[in-house]
Amino acid sequence: MNLESKVPEGPIQDKWDNHRFSMKLVNPANKRKYRVIVVGTGLAGASAAATCAELGYNVDAFTFHDSPRRAHSIAAQGGINAAKNYQNDGDSIWRLFYDTVKGGDYRSREANVYRLSQVSVNIIDQCAAQGVPFAREYGGLLANRSFGGAQVSRTFYARGQTGQQLLLGAYQALSKEIASGKVNMFNNREMLDIVLIDGHARGIITRDLRTGEIECHAADAVVLATGGYSNVYYLSTNAMNCNVTAAWRAYKRGAAFANPCFTQIHPTCIPVSGDHQSKLTLMSESLRNDGRIWVPKDKNDKRPAREIPEEDRHYYLEERYPSFGNLVPRDVASRNAKERCDAGYGVGATGYGVYLDFASAIGRLGKQAIKERYGNLFEMYERITAEDPYEVPMRIFPAPHYTMGGLWVDYNLMTTVPGLFAIGEANFSDHGSNRLGASALMQGLADGYFILPYTIGDYLARNEPGSASVDAKEFKETKEEVETRTDALVALKGKRPVDAIHRELGRVMWNECGMARTADGLQSALKKIPQIREEFWANASVPGSEGSLNQTLERAGRIADFLEFSEVMCLDALNRNESCGGHFREESQTPEGEALRNDEEYSYAAAWLYQGPDKSPALLKEPLQFENVALTQRSYK
Amino acid sequence: MRLTLYVWRQPSADAQGDFVKYDLSDVSPDMSFLEMLDVLNANLEELGKEPIVFESDCREGICGTCSMVINGRAHGPESKTTVCQLHMRSFQDGETIYIEPWRARAFPVVKDLAVDRSAFDRIIQAGGYISVRTGSAPDANEMPIPKVESDLSMDAAACIGCGACVAACPNGSAMLFTSAKISHLGLVPQGQPERTKRVKKMVEQMDDELFGSCTNYGECQDACPKGISISFIGRMNKDYMKAKLIEVEEPRKEVESQ
Ligand code: FES
Repeated sequence: MNLESKVPEGPIQDKWDNHRFSMKLVNPANKRKYRVIVVGTGLAGASAAATCAELGYNVDAFTFHDSPRRAHSIAAQGGINAAKNYQNDGDSIWRLFYDTVKGGDYRSREANVYRLSQVSVNIIDQCAAQGVPFAREYGGLLANRSFGGAQVSRTFYARGQTGQQLLLGAYQALSKEIASGKVNMFNNREMLDIVLIDGHARGIITRDLRTGEIECHAADAVVLATGGYSNVYYLSTNAMNCNVTAAWRAYKRGAAFANPCFTQIHPTCIPVSGDHQSKLTLMSESLRNDGRIWVPKDKNDKRPAREIPEEDRHYYLEERYPSFGNLVPRDVASRNAKERCDAGYGVGATGYGVYLDFASAIGRLGKQAIKERYGNLFEMYERITAEDPYEVPMRIFPAPHYTMGGLWVDYNLMTTVPGLFAIGEANFSDHGSNRLGASALMQGLADGYFILPYTIGDYLARNEPGSASVDAKEFKETKEEVETRTDALVALKGKRPVDAIHRELGRVMWNECGMARTADGLQSALKKIPQIREEFWANASVPGSEGSLNQTLERAGRIADFLEFSEVMCLDALNRNESCGGHFREESQTPEGEALRNDEEYSYAAAWLYQGPDKSPALLKEPLQFENVALTQRSYK
Repeated sequence: MRLTLYVWRQPSADAQGDFVKYDLSDVSPDMSFLEMLDVLNANLEELGKEPIVFESDCREGICGTCSMVINGRAHGPESKTTVCQLHMRSFQDGETIYIEPWRARAFPVVKDLAVDRSAFDRIIQAGGYISVRTGSAPDANEMPIPKVESDLSMDAAACIGCGACVAACPNGSAMLFTSAKISHLGLVPQGQPERTKRVKKMVEQMDDELFGSCTNYGECQDACPKGISISFIGRMNKDYMKAKLIEVEEPRKEVESQ
């Protein structure tokens, strides 16, 4: 199979316009004959479902939550980027495009990123019109802030709850279409397989999490908006239920999985407090605007932070990166924290933490000013740790947060399976090997509101409506496979809680395929993962039955998939013998210890294609060309 | 810490439920309340017993999934705190804790501590939105909004839809939830064209579900993890009265000629 990116011809500024003109349209009267399935109701899924319904398609939307409003997009704090240039500070579509390609360390597809920057401005208009309460200035116009080290103020925000407000906007648009009958909303449903007919995606199999019923749903196209897979590490900032299952099922039906090893580790999270830890809490990285990061100069210095005098503190980011200091990109900040802790300088009971200190900012600006900027974050920190960050420095440590890898898609956001689309975090296309702050919300809504609703039309127009029915033998066969798998899971009556096994997998992934990776480490992970998988199928405990709400069974299914997926992640990391963005191979670094790319050999997206059980996946390469942004080595010195 | 827990167990919606006693030791004060329950569940799973069903997702206090009544209080003893953000240091060593699901007619129990909150979704579907077709919006800065209104609208929009207000209300009323959405949208200019219709339809939907009425106990505001103010209920009532008074004049329908 060849990967065809389908990037349109022409100068980059004109590609999307040209493409919109050349795409086929579905006759308005015919739209209601088509049915589209959208799985997931986060920013990407909810906006896509609502917009497709507005256009006249029938939409079946699915979420495993009890309401579409609870998808994990809701937890995004910081903001959403758009090239509005409302601040008159030199921003432009081109600059946002440039920053995103460079920030992604030259491993994204230029044409997609340019389109993302183009539609970013429409997103803000759309959301403001929906009533999203963005922060405003006293004159009533929209406020912006600079975020994640960007040199322009292009980030729109709604207090520390931007994700929540954008999601509620999309949820409300979706609710309107549910009320109008154009969207059938299926809550409490987990997608467990894709149904292919003549090689095209024509439906899905779901389990009703409340009744246990396995159901068939047919449609003319299927859209996956099922988020990322950071929970492969067990501990991450993702919500408890985030998982790779939908994407993994798609992979096993022939959708190539691209760059699975590209994961983002967020530098400002609250450190682990003990074995009971179920997830990690992220604090907005805006904290780094005023907080100074340090560790003691002496490993054995166990004095409380406030008693350590200035001269005994090591402000390692300020020292190593004089021009960016504490505002270096996420991957650089994370890696340096790990390096200090691994070398024995970490703070806190576990030794896995560094200080983020506001004392000098409080001295300079006063407590009140700091409270206005970060009050809610300080409160959250205190609630979790019982320490007052106005008095003692915060302790922070990096945590897995976002996955840039995902299902491979072409310019139309279609996977290698015809009729199967992937949008939002579930696809791979826009962030390369490192995502910039405030760009996840932008991409989710760009895909859902402004890109997929066009490109799916081009696919549908080429296909007869209503060609699939749940009576087809393919549905019956796939449903039986799902039932067999579910039976096998519920038959696990061993002694070990499934979470304990997940934690074990997480530890291996964090140590060997986390912030820094080596060939040896990855190889050892590839040996350990099958052992953990075996342990799971031999000893996991899944009490109860499949015929009703069974949360252990839900988790077991997701963990079983993580136990397979993690192998492909390690394979990908092993194959990419270069460092780029969030992927740091210790073998490939500059003499100063910075990530060293190898453009000669690795300027490609690595897409892994399933070859069958017990076979290694095939590696397909999509070469990446950089015609508009010159390749340079990132430097934040 | 050692704890004695009495947890509501109910196998299904129409089955009889009851408190079941569990003794738990080795609880760390740094655990969240839900992590404490995770530990208990892991113990049950090791014994091959069915763990306690409770819902949670973000565990950061923003998704509104977690929901339980602890010692008679929705989301437990701390104010402005969801149960996922509640930590065991808020409890004493040796304490006895009662854990129940939301209790409200409109939120039937699904299993153990999980309840069905779909009535909230139906209230939003009835009118909790601004109709704006994708792509049809004007430039965002063409509509300046005074900062005060905008901030107040954000205060209302902060609702996470958890249902604690309903669970805490002796009448099981959903007024705080409904009024928060009506105020969020009614306070900004974009929300004006549909304001009258919105309040009417949402209030009617609320009444059709099995929610009780508001008799000003104010428990909802105290239980709300986001501190949504009860003053929004007053705003909704005013809007609703006005909406009832305004005879909506139906414009003449034009017959489409084709
Ligand atoms: S689990 Fe999300 S608010 Fe508690």
